[in-house]
Amino acid sequence: MTLDARIALRIAAKALVLFAALNLVFALTDPVPALGRLSLYNALWPGRARLPYGDDPARAYNLSLFDLNTMFASHELAGAPKRTDEYRVLLIGDSATWGWLQRNEDTLAGQLNAMRLKTADGRAVRAYNLGYPIMSLTKDLLVLSRAVAYQPDLVVWLVTLESFPADKQLAHPVVQHNAEAVRALIAEHRLRSRPDDPALLAPTFLQRTLVGQRRALADWLRLQTYGALWAATRIDQHIPETYEPAQRDLDADESFKGLMPPTLPKDALAFDVLDAGIRTAADAGARVLVVNEPILVSTGRNSDVRYNFFYPRWAYDQYRALLRDHLELRRVDYFDAWNLVPQEEFTNSAVHLTPAGSRMLAQALAAVIAGRG
Amino acid sequence: MLATETSPPAAAGRLALAQAPARNLALFAASVLALYALQPAMPIRQMDFWLPTASLALTVIVWAATSSAFATRRQPDRATLTDAAFIGGIVLGIAALRFVEPLSALITRTSPPAVLSVLAALAITALLAVAAGRIIGPRSAWTTALVIALVALLFALKYEPLTQAFAALLRVTQGQSAAQASSLDVRWLGFSYICFRLIAALRERASSRLPTVSLREFVTYAVFAPALIAGPIDRPDRFLKDLRAPFAFNWPDATEGARRIAIGAFKKFVLADWLALLALNEVNATQAQGAGWMWLLVYAYAWRIYFDFGGYTDIAIGVARIFGVRLPENFNRPYLKPNLTQFWNSWHMSLAQWFRAYYFNPLARALRTRAWATPAIIFVGQVTTMLLIGVWHGVTLNFALWGLWHGAGLFLHNRWADFAKARLTSSQERPHLQRATNAAGALLTFHFVALGWVWFALPDVALSLDVFRKLFGL
Repeated sequence: MTLDARIALRIAAKALVLFAALNLVFALTDPVPALGRLSLYNALWPGRARLPYGDDPARAYNLSLFDLNTMFASHELAGAPKRTDEYRVLLIGDSATWGWLQRNEDTLAGQLNAMRLKTADGRAVRAYNLGYPIMSLTKDLLVLSRAVAYQPDLVVWLVTLESFPADKQLAHPVVQHNAEAVRALIAEHRLRSRPDDPALLAPTFLQRTLVGQRRALADWLRLQTYGALWAATRIDQHIPETYEPAQRDLDADESFKGLMPPTLPKDALAFDVLDAGIRTAADAGARVLVVNEPILVSTGRNSDVRYNFFYPRWAYDQYRALLRDHLELRRVDYFDAWNLVPQEEFTNSAVHLTPAGSRMLAQALAAVIAGRG
Repeated sequence: MLATETSPPAAAGRLALAQAPARNLALFAASVLALYALQPAMPIRQMDFWLPTASLALTVIVWAATSSAFATRRQPDRATLTDAAFIGGIVLGIAALRFVEPLSALITRTSPPAVLSVLAALAITALLAVAAGRIIGPRSAWTTALVIALVALLFALKYEPLTQAFAALLRVTQGQSAAQASSLDVRWLGFSYICFRLIAALRERASSRLPTVSLREFVTYAVFAPALIAGPIDRPDRFLKDLRAPFAFNWPDATEGARRIAIGAFKKFVLADWLALLALNEVNATQAQGAGWMWLLVYAYAWRIYFDFGGYTDIAIGVARIFGVRLPENFNRPYLKPNLTQFWNSWHMSLAQWFRAYYFNPLARALRTRAWATPAIIFVGQVTTMLLIGVWHGVTLNFALWGLWHGAGLFLHNRWADFAKARLTSSQERPHLQRATNAAGALLTFHFVALGWVWFALPDVALSLDVFRKLFGL
């Protein structure tokens, strides 16, 4: 072997050792959560008005990622120290709260802020959009458990039956990729979900290395970079000119998630998670307002069987009764907005509102929120 | 020294000589295979096989047209027949994979066409090559006709309505609906570069500067795998010099090649791909508001295109270097150049040199013989050269405007340099002033180039003008 070959092999061997060492250190220290707290948002770029989510980054300058630290650090909430005259309202919920097919100013949070509400004691109501386009109360609890650190005065938790099925609570990527945090919530609140549920991902050693975490690192970098375009455009969602409207002519199908009439068993619904969220907010000194969010009440074909694509009438009616009774028993504030919005003011799903529909909900909630202050 | 002993340099020399043919054969085979393997799939059936085959056929025909040995002999020599058989064997081998179902798309993206039609295509190529070899002499009008044909084909591939018509024609040959034809149907990998290498060979042959070159060497030159996608565009004589030099695998070249590959990969896959998130494009040009943000998008585009193209070039140069081929550099810190003339001497250098050698210089000579004034020659030469470089990227108004932008800039700089040379000599005697002038020049040149990218990056004039308005707060 020539001298050159020996030198080249030595360099290659050293590079290999360094690479392996770097991966080992990375796997042992797991720096991704700490990195997630570092953010250009609220420093170089303005904070985002809603949590990052998106499947068309090139148009929306937004992307879906799993690290909650990164997500929260990019939100305007993380860069907004609470003023003494602020009445801080956090909105928790699904894609309807996040504002699917809505500009930020048209979302529920945007509409509430535009109203410049004052509480009875003169504080300015400031609503923050912490909705996230996944229907799962456990996801809501996960977000809420982080959000309470931001000193809310009121948590408005918008729920719908689709978020309740107990056996679907963990079936979402953002829940599965935050397995440790979810396990902690399960333990803390003695939730019925199993901490060893295979849906909760347990990364292998290789998945914790630098190579294994490359997606998380790339997501972090992309989100920071898209901040410039968010700042330049204030766009975080691509809203197409046209879309498939929500279904109004329905199948004569009475089933709901495999359940058939006449009875919707309460234990099939994750009321334990709802209770955990209420406790979490209360422990942080915040009041809670649970809102049963508006749904499309169809007048189309088979609307005597179903309200909409999601819900057969029997199941939804029983859910409303169960929810009302459950919250009344616990003396939790509750607002049932289920039929507040006419079917024309829904966009592409039975829970997604048009800006006008969102305004109706905001106006209805405004009185309730201001009354709580 | 004993007769049986061999001194190390002599042994190395023999080893090098022994390795060169093997290296050349490997580069030849790898380049032909890469032509098929890198070609993306297309909506038109089997085009991922036929377009690379067409590249090879054109290369073989141009080789025959430029081969002096071919023209003077009645029969092709044995080496030529061997090389031709080798090419035919590879093409048939790829086509025959259609019979080995799990491997049918091993090289091509989709299953290759029937072997019989491939045999027919090879036979037609051979006939055309023989005819080209017999008919086309070094200075014959046929050489010019072949150059025009290649330029016409390139134009058809770059001009959307013609590309669409070409796609419709190809669809009909494959029994598909012509109504579905789109200009995006025809994505002929590397053809822009292959075409320019073939034209270079024809022009070198016409001026008797092309050395005798074997079929294998010529195919390797034209479709050289590392430079297939994004150049550089080497000159035939320079490339052949490397190919014919003794070669022995050596660690210094290999490590230098690996270093260039690593640098290129970092530029392309880290810097360029990251900047692509921010770079000016049709969507964010419409959506972004405010001059500051618009400048950010333009700067991001300027650096993104540099790192993207420069990264590819580094990778190509690095891979070639490992195999003993020193491809020409394509970039030399272009954004640090103090004027536009120097910028174009350091940006996509091989393309600029190609146009200088085969368009600008002949045109300037021709205009000089007609007693045109020097400024007029420079104006026509620079503006039309840059216009052609612009439309080489695509025959659109925006690419043409980008070319004109640079053509006008080069002419203005030329006139300014002429004016300044006579009057402003003091800065050369004062190094500080010279450095300051150079820095200001580099800043000005960078911004001129960056603003030029607005034409290049966007699909239409109205949007480009809108971006200019936003950039200057108008």
